[in-house]
Amino acid sequence: MLTAQIIVTLAGLGLIVLIAWFFWFSEHKATVVGTSSSGVQEAFIKVKGGYSPDVIVVEAGKPVRLNFNREETAVCSEQVLFPDFDKQAILTPFKTVTLEITPDKPGEYGFQCGMGMLHGKLIVR
Amino acid sequence: MPKDPLCGMAVDESTEFHSERDGEKFYFCSPACKSKFDESPDKYAGAVPGNGATSTSHRDGTQNLKLSIIGMDCVTCAVSIEKQLGAMDGVKKINVNLTTENAFVEYDPAKVNGKQIADSIGAAGYRVGKATLNLGIGGMYCGSCVTKIEEGLARTPGVLSASVDLASESAVIDYVPATVQMKGIKEVIEKLGYRVFDSAPPRDGVDRPGEMDEAQKARLEEYRTLMRKFIFAASVGAPIIIFSYAKLLGLPADFYEGTETARYIGIAMGLLTLPVMFWSGSQFFTGAWAALKSRSANMHTLISTGISAAWIYSTIAVLFPQIFPKQALAGQFYDTVTVVVALVVLGMALEIRAKGKSSEAIKKLIGLQPKTARVVRDGKEIDIPVEEVVLDEIVVVRPGEKVSVDGVLVEGSSSLDESMITGESIPVEKQAGDEVIGGTINKTGSFKFKATKVGKDTALAQIIEMVQQAQSSKAPIQRVVDKVAGYFSPAVMIIAVLAFIIWFDFGPQPALIYALIVFVTTMVIACPCALGIATPISLMVGVGKGAENGILIKSGQALEMAQKINSIVLDKTGTITVGKPSLTDVVASNGMSENDILHFAASVEKGSEHPLGEAIIRDATERGIPVTDSSKFNAIPGHGVEAVVDGQTVLLGNSRLMKDRHVELANVQEKSNDLAANGKTPMFVAVDGKVAGIVAVADTVKEDSKEAILHLKSMGLEVVMLTGDNRGTAEAIARQVGIDRVLAEVLPEEKAFNVQKLQQEGKKIAMVGDGINDAPALAQADIGLAIGTGTDVAIEASDITLINGSLKGVVSAVELSRATMKNIRQNLFGAFFYNALGIPIAAGLLYPFFGVLLSPMIAGAAMAFSSVTVVTNANRLRRFVPGKEH
Repeated sequence: MLTAQIIVTLAGLGLIVLIAWFFWFSEHKATVVGTSSSGVQEAFIKVKGGYSPDVIVVEAGKPVRLNFNREETAVCSEQVLFPDFDKQAILTPFKTVTLEITPDKPGEYGFQCGMGMLHGKLIVR
Repeated sequence: MPKDPLCGMAVDESTEFHSERDGEKFYFCSPACKSKFDESPDKYAGAVPGNGATSTSHRDGTQNLKLSIIGMDCVTCAVSIEKQLGAMDGVKKINVNLTTENAFVEYDPAKVNGKQIADSIGAAGYRVGKATLNLGIGGMYCGSCVTKIEEGLARTPGVLSASVDLASESAVIDYVPATVQMKGIKEVIEKLGYRVFDSAPPRDGVDRPGEMDEAQKARLEEYRTLMRKFIFAASVGAPIIIFSYAKLLGLPADFYEGTETARYIGIAMGLLTLPVMFWSGSQFFTGAWAALKSRSANMHTLISTGISAAWIYSTIAVLFPQIFPKQALAGQFYDTVTVVVALVVLGMALEIRAKGKSSEAIKKLIGLQPKTARVVRDGKEIDIPVEEVVLDEIVVVRPGEKVSVDGVLVEGSSSLDESMITGESIPVEKQAGDEVIGGTINKTGSFKFKATKVGKDTALAQIIEMVQQAQSSKAPIQRVVDKVAGYFSPAVMIIAVLAFIIWFDFGPQPALIYALIVFVTTMVIACPCALGIATPISLMVGVGKGAENGILIKSGQALEMAQKINSIVLDKTGTITVGKPSLTDVVASNGMSENDILHFAASVEKGSEHPLGEAIIRDATERGIPVTDSSKFNAIPGHGVEAVVDGQTVLLGNSRLMKDRHVELANVQEKSNDLAANGKTPMFVAVDGKVAGIVAVADTVKEDSKEAILHLKSMGLEVVMLTGDNRGTAEAIARQVGIDRVLAEVLPEEKAFNVQKLQQEGKKIAMVGDGINDAPALAQADIGLAIGTGTDVAIEASDITLINGSLKGVVSAVELSRATMKNIRQNLFGAFFYNALGIPIAAGLLYPFFGVLLSPMIAGAAMAFSSVTVVTNANRLRRFVPGKEH
């Protein structure tokens, strides 16, 4: 085997390990949402090719107000779905659209765009 | 801590944003609030929270509330409301007036609010005559403005609840029209320093037309942008392709790869490709970056990596051809970059077009909502926004107009086109006492109706909400797809890298070029989009199609379940039958005519309120037989009734009554037995001690029940009848409609248990009932279908509601479920198959055997059109017609 081939093979395998680790095994950064004086847990989520923050930690039993601001016109993110709550919203570009949910049970609830391309998670503690 | 006079937010005194006015210091949360204040301080200086409301509260802080109450018909009602409210903490004094149907409540706003009082009255079983108002509010800057307005409104007498939304700049306010008017509410908000607009773009599923329009506009704009991006990429792509295939196209040898001219052209192409990548393909990079930040990968990641790799390699090859050991390696792939970008962008644009059609059903429903209503107020007919129609208000509808809200017809008659709600295409005749549904169209006459459901409670509003909910739910099949989708894109990247290594190590020469081609092709051909969109897009079309046909499907799960059932349990009363007794037979004897018998029977029953009696009177009236007043009316429980009609003593009742009164039945007894055997209830009529005939009453089978049941059977479903009636009646009905299996004499509380027993036979059961008496059985069944009655559409226990009371809806629901699931399976199969086939081919699996290698440009085309195909396939469901097998 040539040196070049050995280098490419090793680098490639290293890259594969990196991809697997980065997308599947690394820790996602979670954003813990505070409670306002009115008892509402309010989060602001930027929607642009994805949700940021995409992991949102809230407390159970208190209302959660999620403000989505879609900063793009790409149709992908037009709709946001919370299938576990049967809730959805049409996000108007460059406007904040609010969705309210009160999760009762602790657990992890995914949210996503209408096509399932963009994902986020609501962790209820 | 001081408060910001604009938004009411608590601000620290150390803030840099402050102003002075008339010796008083004001502090602000932000420079925006401060500059607004400085512009017109008079407007805000006095408007600190609290002064705004036109409060009529007492000096000791108590507040008065006048509520109009609906549904009080006896003195005990007033007492029970007073008791209910009296038990509430903070309520000081209550006076419920039965005649004016008003409740006057004096309460301590610190302990209890108007909404709680209204809710408590609701809990006692009465309705509060409230109105809902949607207002647009301008001038809100921050979250605390919301609180400020909500608090200000909550303090306003007559306002039951207020919810302000910063995002849509609107407020939804429940109020008691008797206490406060729209004008008063507006004044409160204006005094707090905000602007008010009529009829806001209301929020929340139900009333989202405004946002829907905006989203649609944005979608159209996006489509146009994508098309422009495509045209640009395509026009740049054309010359690039020409020069890339110079040899093939027979251009002069000067342009061949490796020449100096070609190198300069290459540099020019590299520069030209830049705007294609970063403008036409900008969404790939922004999308990939955003996904990367959340440690996920998607289509954008794959495409952007693929085209970047191709561009970088080409640029190195063009700029520094000398670093490549062989000339053959110094090729360029700018054509790949532009063509892939152009095709994928075109695919995205076409997909937007197709998706617009997929959501047409819900748009149509939203469009059905009327905007105005003509109501009678103070004896005058006035046009008002539909949001302001109050319960029990009289609404006028002229021919050709839309019915504004749900109600009961009180004056006039007409025929109404209800097809948009029930799916029934034949117009329905309506008379006084009949229900009318908001959103339907009045065809012929004018009429007046009393509003019974307004705002969010109307059938149409609930239908829209249910459809939107169902469209946002997940079919169980989707959960599997989601799992796959999570691993998909990174897995493709790994496969692409692996393919690169293998081709580089073992592939033919020039290995680097081949390795690069398979890497780019693999990245480009994979289409996570098609996979992700396969289920939701069909679900959206399917649920929408259901709503168009009067079938409301609650969730994706219900839709998926409906096609798995193999046995349908039908409740008898109200489901197979009309649910109301009607006159079926009249037998005359002793020289009387049928009309005479009916005349006597109806006249006797005139004093009674028994449903059987009502059926007789209804029939007599329809036949034009006079019904006279009777005297000495006497009801004999369990036997029948007697009264004097036209001076003659008439008995109407069962054989026991006749026996007690020594009436000889000999000549009609046999006929009566026949009728009973056919599931009818015979009643003897005796005049002056002699039997005159028989009237038979029965719950009749709905017109199309038989046809529907036949259809269900032909679909391979077992049909079972479940009823509390006695076996004789049940079997008679079963014979009429062609049901073989009858579970009769089942107590209401045992219905669920019987469903469970059927499930233990290993069957998937669909239960069809009215949703009220059958609720436990509906919930027990694998899928519960409720037969709707008029405007009651959101039936809790059911998974599917059939608005149009016909059993044919069951057939359509099963058919629609089958069609939708078939469509979903086609989509999923297509998407999986495409990827499972495309990725290995792209990675070069066919090369060792057939010497075939896919061009990345073909991969781009395939990828672009795979998701368009999925959407187009889902749109085929729009052609679904109930009653036609698909």
